[in-house]
Amino acid sequence: MELLIIQTLNSLFYASILFLIACGLTLVYGVMRIVNMAHGNIYAVGAYVAAWTVGLAVAAKFPPAALFFVLLSGAGAAALLGAVLEPTLLRPLYKRAEEYQLLITFGLLLILEDLMRLLWGAHPLTASELPDAFGSFRVAGATYPGYNLFVIAVGIVAAGALWAFVYRTRFGVILRATAQDMRMAAALGVDVKRVYVLAFAIGCFMAGLGGAVVMPISGAVLGMGVDALILAFVVVVIGGLGSLEGALVGALIVGAVRTLGITYFAEIELAVLYLIAAVVLFVRPTGLFGRA
Amino acid sequence: MTLLTIDRITKAFGDNVAVDAVSLTIEQGGVVGLIGSNGAGKTTLVNLVSGLFRADSGSVTFEGRDITHLSVNERIRAGIARSFQLVNLFDQMSVLDNVALTVFAREGKTGHMLRPAEADVAVRDESLAVLRQFGVHAKAETPASELAQGERKLLDVAVACALRPRLLFLDEPTSGVSTREKAPIMDIVTSIVRSDRITAVIIEHDMDVVFRYSDRIVAMHQGRILADGTPDEIRANDEVTTTLLGEHVHQ
Amino acid sequence: MNARVSFGPLALAAWQLWGSAAVVLVLAVLPWLIDPFQTLQISYGLIFGIAALGFNLLLGYTGLLSFGHAAFFGTGAYAAALALKYLGVKSMELYLVGGVGASLLLGVIMGAVCVRYTRIFFAILALALSQVVWSLALKFFWVSGGTDGLRLPTPTLLGGLVTPAADKTAFLAFQYYYYVLVVFVVAVAAMWLMVRSPFGKALQAIRDNEVRAEFVGVRVRRYRFIAFVASAGFTGLAGTLWVPLNGLTTPDILYWPFSGKIVFMAVLGGFKTFLGPIVGAFAYNYLETFAVGYTIYWQLLLGVVLVVLVLAIPDGLVGSGVKLARRLRKAP
Repeated sequence: MELLIIQTLNSLFYASILFLIACGLTLVYGVMRIVNMAHGNIYAVGAYVAAWTVGLAVAAKFPPAALFFVLLSGAGAAALLGAVLEPTLLRPLYKRAEEYQLLITFGLLLILEDLMRLLWGAHPLTASELPDAFGSFRVAGATYPGYNLFVIAVGIVAAGALWAFVYRTRFGVILRATAQDMRMAAALGVDVKRVYVLAFAIGCFMAGLGGAVVMPISGAVLGMGVDALILAFVVVVIGGLGSLEGALVGALIVGAVRTLGITYFAEIELAVLYLIAAVVLFVRPTGLFGRA
Repeated sequence: MTLLTIDRITKAFGDNVAVDAVSLTIEQGGVVGLIGSNGAGKTTLVNLVSGLFRADSGSVTFEGRDITHLSVNERIRAGIARSFQLVNLFDQMSVLDNVALTVFAREGKTGHMLRPAEADVAVRDESLAVLRQFGVHAKAETPASELAQGERKLLDVAVACALRPRLLFLDEPTSGVSTREKAPIMDIVTSIVRSDRITAVIIEHDMDVVFRYSDRIVAMHQGRILADGTPDEIRANDEVTTTLLGEHVHQ
Repeated sequence: MNARVSFGPLALAAWQLWGSAAVVLVLAVLPWLIDPFQTLQISYGLIFGIAALGFNLLLGYTGLLSFGHAAFFGTGAYAAALALKYLGVKSMELYLVGGVGASLLLGVIMGAVCVRYTRIFFAILALALSQVVWSLALKFFWVSGGTDGLRLPTPTLLGGLVTPAADKTAFLAFQYYYYVLVVFVVAVAAMWLMVRSPFGKALQAIRDNEVRAEFVGVRVRRYRFIAFVASAGFTGLAGTLWVPLNGLTTPDILYWPFSGKIVFMAVLGGFKTFLGPIVGAFAYNYLETFAVGYTIYWQLLLGVVLVVLVLAIPDGLVGSGVKLARRLRKAP
């Protein structure tokens, strides 16, 4: 029973991180029809910036409670980066065949990978003060790290906030209109350029947040972005490219498989994930919630 | 001889019934003009017969054979071809290759992997002949994207004709073309269609073009056939002129 | 083929024929003129040229961008290494059969899933599936050697006629180099015939307009599948040729950024031309060697090159050269 609780919580923990990464990827695609190959590296940038600022805050004797807010700097930095990248690297390519975005964002991936190495060196950064500060809790008879529960909470809040933003705000309406029909939206007076930059920045914010919150546990490591992108792709393949519900469900599925996989079938975990993805695609070719 | 029989064919997109239990017979030979206002269901009907859409109900019989459930590929093999309203060409390929590829496909030669396409003299000659028919052979080596709009429309029809169909659907062959160029294009198209014994169904909005080149006119409105007859009969049909001319006045 | 010149087909072929012969001749005498290290660099160029050429059958001619070709390169490489490990095979010919065969098989499996999709989803799916192969190589370390990889000493060539000498570098710089050169020429000739054939025209039609292709009777999905498998075979061939040269195969060549390298090569040279990917492979190889030697941040350098390429020179080296030549020819 205890094992089940821990497995479930671990699944939710992974799912939260995966959702944060994947929702950004899928949001950007849904609105802009762009797939950002460097999205995983934006997640990594979030982790590195967070690690750096938390390191500064710890040195400056910040109380552990405040460290959480410092973490957000990772997300903020990622969003800022996105706001700079979209107009400079992506906008020139909208008129061209969509394959060019993959090429340029792959180039961006290479650039970001080495920029992180340049700025922060080859050794992983971490912030163990945070998980220590959160301690452990007893959940239904099992002992579980408080920090992990915090991450799950962040995931839930982020999902809720994003959903509210997209479906309950005026800007969300504009966002969805632009996603559905960019030309029509432009004809109706929507400033598509502004929508695109904001959508991209939000997507990057989410990925950066994912990196920031996972960093105290897994550290900021070179190559984490490249690894993360693959999992993000599995999530959106299963969930459907462009769908936020799909990102959520996909994240839950992948999180669960990963947790079970580590325990029961570690060698072929990725293969099992893709088998599931293949089955989903066979039944619903655009993913569980995807559009044609 | 009856070439095509459409029997109560229906296609709906959600609540919108684009084609509503339409029945139509097309005899071999001649040019049939298909007219109607926007949304009348003309293109949907063509899409249904050519295989792009599956009918919700009803049947299509071609040369005595039920083709209702056949794929696009099978219908082409049976002898039905179409051109497109928005020019649909292989833009990066040369004008010659656009037609040659079609001939290769028709002949079942696209599986040949280790022989240069240019080496097939029969295909090359036939392709050049088709280009000559349509008046574009001077630009044989030019990429299709570099042709003028009128020539592109002609090439679009040429590609369909290269399939040697017995029934050819032409979707607005003169749309997007200047008034000066319309007659030359239609002259070429109809003369080829008649000389090659292809039965043609032409969707057109330009009434002058329709009345001048059709042997028979079918008028559609809101998914149903409104009238069917010779150009004179249609001209005299008040219902048709009110519905269609009414639309035109508003435009 | 994109070179639109108004020579008759025969004159064009002759010009190309003599040009190619000259290039092959130069490549043939090179080992006698340059030092062994340089010859090995040329070998790598030829090998990656085959990989990029195979890749471009899909991108340039069929319009499908695959970010999963590392899987085929790696399969070709590992097939040879595993043949040595488990079957004691030392013959290059057997390696080639095994490597190409395994890549074709993987191409069938991956292609069956991927060609139901196009464009971005195709690219992602190819990437994702290639990662499965990578993860298997990594996880089943008792078979694949894990991160250490598997070694492959120099093989025997021509069914045992040519055996590795004591001086490994000399062997690689001469006997093996000529072996690779011959395979390269054959591969290029086969690809050239393929893209000029009616099949190649059908692929280009699919690339330009899949709806119209369907409407002239081309079986789009089937041909995409065939192109995918053929592409896999070529890239796998390159992988098999690569292992003896490298001496070792590791999971790095199965990892998806390696797929990105292959894409980079084709784009650098110009994916809309036949020769572009080959030139791009050579250029990329030299570029990477230079970058790695020049700075620890060589990925940054390459990344910037790629970004500049996409923004400013999307036609690549050969593509831009062809456009320039055409413009010069038109000018009075």
